[in-house]
Amino acid sequence: MSEPLATLASMREALDAGAASSVDLVEGCLARARAAQDALHAFAGLREEGARAEAAAADARRASGARRSPLDGLPVAIKDNMVQTGEPTTCASRILEGFVSPYAATVVERLERAGAIPIGRTNMDEFAMGSSTEHSVYGAARNPWDRARTPGGSSGGSAAAVAAGLVPGALGSDTGGSIRQPASLSGVVGLKPTYGRVSRWGLVAFASSLDQIGVMAHTAADCAWLLEAIAGHDPRDSTSLPEPVPRYGETLDGDVSGLVLGLPREYFVEEGVDPEVLSTVRAAVSELERAGAKLREVSLPHTRYAVATYYLIATAEASSNLARYDGVRYGHRAAGVRDLTEMYHRTRSEGFGAEVKRRIVLGTYVLSAGYYDAYYRKAQQVRTLLRRDFEEAFRGCDAIATPTTPETAFRIGSKTADPLTMYLSDVYTVSANLAGIPGISVPCGFAQGLPVGLQLLGRVLDEATLLRIADAFQARTDHHARRPAEAP
Amino acid sequence: MSALHSDTEVVIGLEVHAQLRTESKLFSPAPVTYGEPPNHSVHPICLALPGVLPVLNERAVTFAIRTALATHGAVHVRSVFARKNYFYPDLPKGYQISQYEDPIATGGWIEIPVGDGEGDAATRRIGLTRIHMEEDAGKSIHDSDITGRDATHVDLNRSGVPLLEIVSEPELRSPAEASAYLRALRSILRYIEVSDADMEKGHFRCDANVSLRRRGETRLGTRTELKNLNSFRFVEDALDAEIQRQAAVLDAGGTVQQATLAYDPDQHRTRVLRIKENADDYRYFPDPDLVPLVLSDEQIERVRAELPELADRKCERFRSQFGLSLYDARLLTASRQLADFFEAAAAIHGQPKPVTNWLLRDVLQALREQGREIEDAAITPAALAALIRLVDEGRTTAGSARGLIPELVERGGDPEAMVRERGLEAVSDAGVLEGVVDEVLSAQAEHVQRYRAGEKQVLNFLMGQVMRRTGGKANAARVRELLAGKLDDR
Amino acid sequence: MPRITRAEVERVAVLARLSVSDEEADRLAVELDELLEYVETLRQVDTRDVEPTSHVIPLATPMREDRAVPGIDPELALANAPERQGTAFVVPKVIDGEDGG
Ligand SMILES: [Mg+2]
Ligand SMILES: [Zn+2]
Repeated sequence: MSEPLATLASMREALDAGAASSVDLVEGCLARARAAQDALHAFAGLREEGARAEAAAADARRASGARRSPLDGLPVAIKDNMVQTGEPTTCASRILEGFVSPYAATVVERLERAGAIPIGRTNMDEFAMGSSTEHSVYGAARNPWDRARTPGGSSGGSAAAVAAGLVPGALGSDTGGSIRQPASLSGVVGLKPTYGRVSRWGLVAFASSLDQIGVMAHTAADCAWLLEAIAGHDPRDSTSLPEPVPRYGETLDGDVSGLVLGLPREYFVEEGVDPEVLSTVRAAVSELERAGAKLREVSLPHTRYAVATYYLIATAEASSNLARYDGVRYGHRAAGVRDLTEMYHRTRSEGFGAEVKRRIVLGTYVLSAGYYDAYYRKAQQVRTLLRRDFEEAFRGCDAIATPTTPETAFRIGSKTADPLTMYLSDVYTVSANLAGIPGISVPCGFAQGLPVGLQLLGRVLDEATLLRIADAFQARTDHHARRPAEAP
Repeated sequence: MSALHSDTEVVIGLEVHAQLRTESKLFSPAPVTYGEPPNHSVHPICLALPGVLPVLNERAVTFAIRTALATHGAVHVRSVFARKNYFYPDLPKGYQISQYEDPIATGGWIEIPVGDGEGDAATRRIGLTRIHMEEDAGKSIHDSDITGRDATHVDLNRSGVPLLEIVSEPELRSPAEASAYLRALRSILRYIEVSDADMEKGHFRCDANVSLRRRGETRLGTRTELKNLNSFRFVEDALDAEIQRQAAVLDAGGTVQQATLAYDPDQHRTRVLRIKENADDYRYFPDPDLVPLVLSDEQIERVRAELPELADRKCERFRSQFGLSLYDARLLTASRQLADFFEAAAAIHGQPKPVTNWLLRDVLQALREQGREIEDAAITPAALAALIRLVDEGRTTAGSARGLIPELVERGGDPEAMVRERGLEAVSDAGVLEGVVDEVLSAQAEHVQRYRAGEKQVLNFLMGQVMRRTGGKANAARVRELLAGKLDDR
Repeated sequence: MPRITRAEVERVAVLARLSVSDEEADRLAVELDELLEYVETLRQVDTRDVEPTSHVIPLATPMREDRAVPGIDPELALANAPERQGTAFVVPKVIDGEDGG
């Protein structure tokens, strides 16, 4: 049982070699997911029948030589905030209790077109609001490296499922770090693409100008395949970029010589960061230098304002995006209400959890009469300055390296009482969302036995460089191949 | 109007919501329909399902630009869609996508006739504040005959239908002017074919802001808002009632409270719906799902080039090209379809004057009686021209021709065949006519004497007698000739 | 002095159609006050003449051709409805004064 966890690549090899069928792979994932559910709460729901039928169909395609893509027949998991036709989507919220979508997200359609098989919906913080996957109607997800700890969030279910080997790859969404932070805390690779690279059609909105769907897997190469399958222009999303999608997999040549890596001075300060995390990230950067990358210090002077800017913009947009959950057309409606006003108030108060309500109230407040300019408009202006910081920095480097998180996985329950402390754990990740640039977190070592992530940030639409650096790093290291002791 | 002092000035501004004539909704591909059962014209976007996103309808944008150009407004190359946040069961997203700080157009004006509209009547320009695009809400059905007790039904067929909101400056000074403004605006929207502007179907809805002030005062008084004035009649009556109510409040030394009101036509009274204690807090912000709408100058110019000739321009051209009076030209150009009909008929017939007369007098009367517009009448310009020519050529009489108009309007037909089949050909046979003329002259000896004594107008009386005896079918020119010949030749 | 009072929390909760108990309102006032204190750091940033960023992508809004596709099956549209009658959604009676727009 000590062989490395299966990757999408190793599963495809098994299919190609005839060593396994797609049905075998899917059954294996379903069995592991079921077995681990009580311990990890990685899933919000499994899609057993549909997945089995699709696996059988994929095997038939393969037998007739009509493979749809390199992902054909491979199992994946999808965060519970992307809709699938005829399947529930709840965003881990009581307010979407019982909701079954009559339509599919673009990413779901594209995975299907590629032949990938969604085996279930992964657990998350309610409406993606959180950094620990504790705010969920399905119970707190747990970190496979230490079940007393969180896998991070909000895509904690996807991270835990991949880290524990329940499924080789998963989709997540990242509004302020919700892919990269759990990837870092759970020891997997997580990529947030450029804003607009992946269609948001069918992604349940949290903060529309920041939300982006991305991918999680053990290796950069697996992420490249997944991204290639889901990326690209979608006329149903007005913020989708009409740019061609590179063949990401083909640019992974292990060569980073000559690439300039920027090290932002503001991210490598001792204050507020676990020293062992920092030294592990520094060591990873040195490894890349040995691989031929050049290092250069850069400056992102507005970094210290990023979290405040992020929380103002994200909560304002969320307060509006979550107004549709009103008990009229779908989802939870409070019982025994006498009039409309009571229906609204009780439905929403019963349906939303404490963190979501907190953010709705904050967001409503910052948009309300008299406060808009002081808070919302001000935050949008600082957002402009943060974008300019990156534009300036990328004049002197090809990618930026930072820690993904200031510390390793924290204990469940340790931050829920103090929202601000929880928010500050996003300090290294939110800037990429505010600037719209891509970011990836790669496992780069361990601190006190827990995974540490290296974050790489890239130029707009330059996911290829991030994948290439991450792949080169993984080719020289084996952090990603270690498996958690507690994995089932 | 009794309560209104002569030194009191009425200030009215109108907000019109006009439904655009698109096939699909503003941000959703669902069809725009009318009269479908509830929720039969909806898409996940109209239901605000989790995960849906808006994509803007290009034709709606073209229509907005066209409207702004037709009303002399400035089209902005950059405009922004914002969210107007409020809760209501027929507002599925919990916000309406509208334009707020940066609308697609500002400024411009609409010309309205003032006075009685006769002769060379004066016109007045009413300024426009802005024109913006927004989506309609769904429909809440409160009628307890349908819903039962304690329930409201929600139908989202209308949710997302594209609207243009056209806001006037507070420059209207009477209910009659408000009504004239609405008629002029509706005529423009129909001219440029951006809206059917059918009030009964809710394509053209009006809210009015009303306040009173002393003449000479430049500040506005406290205004109230009248909602949902859905016919021209209703607009005038409601404004009249509200003006009287405000005047009475002010007369009694009171102050007008800012409020939203509805009009009760049965009692001819306005009723307060809600008092606006402080401004509504709609928490507008730019919609992050829609980036700014950016237009190129070429796009705007393309729309301008396709703009049809508008009523005022057409009216002037009709006067100079056809020598029509202002009054006639205005009537003919009140609707684009009527103007087009006239031009086509005049071209076929060759003479604008008789065509004008027949159209404005006889055809319009038939249309009125049948409750039709020219575009849904069966008469063609060629048929009208042919009918007039039959009269010109003396092949039928004006009276017979007039009698055919209602049928032509209702069912259409070939005037020549109709005249023939119904025996309405004018009697021109000299032998027949001479016999009738002789009969009349001998029966009316007294009139013959008066004519010969110099009362030449008696000829008309004698002609009438001949026409009567021929059942109106005598060729009038021939009769006149015969009568004159016999009377003058003794 | 707190940046946000309990009364303001209650006003905002009504705008957001959330009912909050007295204890919740007290707690939210404290939490939001702490968050607002934190975001006050933005005041230090000079943003004169800085354009606000609403969108990071440098695109003009794309438009779609005005082509209608048939609506979805009304049964599908109503499938998730908490309460329906025929093909209409049903909500408790709207009382006068609840008019939102
Ligand atoms: Mg308005
Ligand atoms: Zn409006």
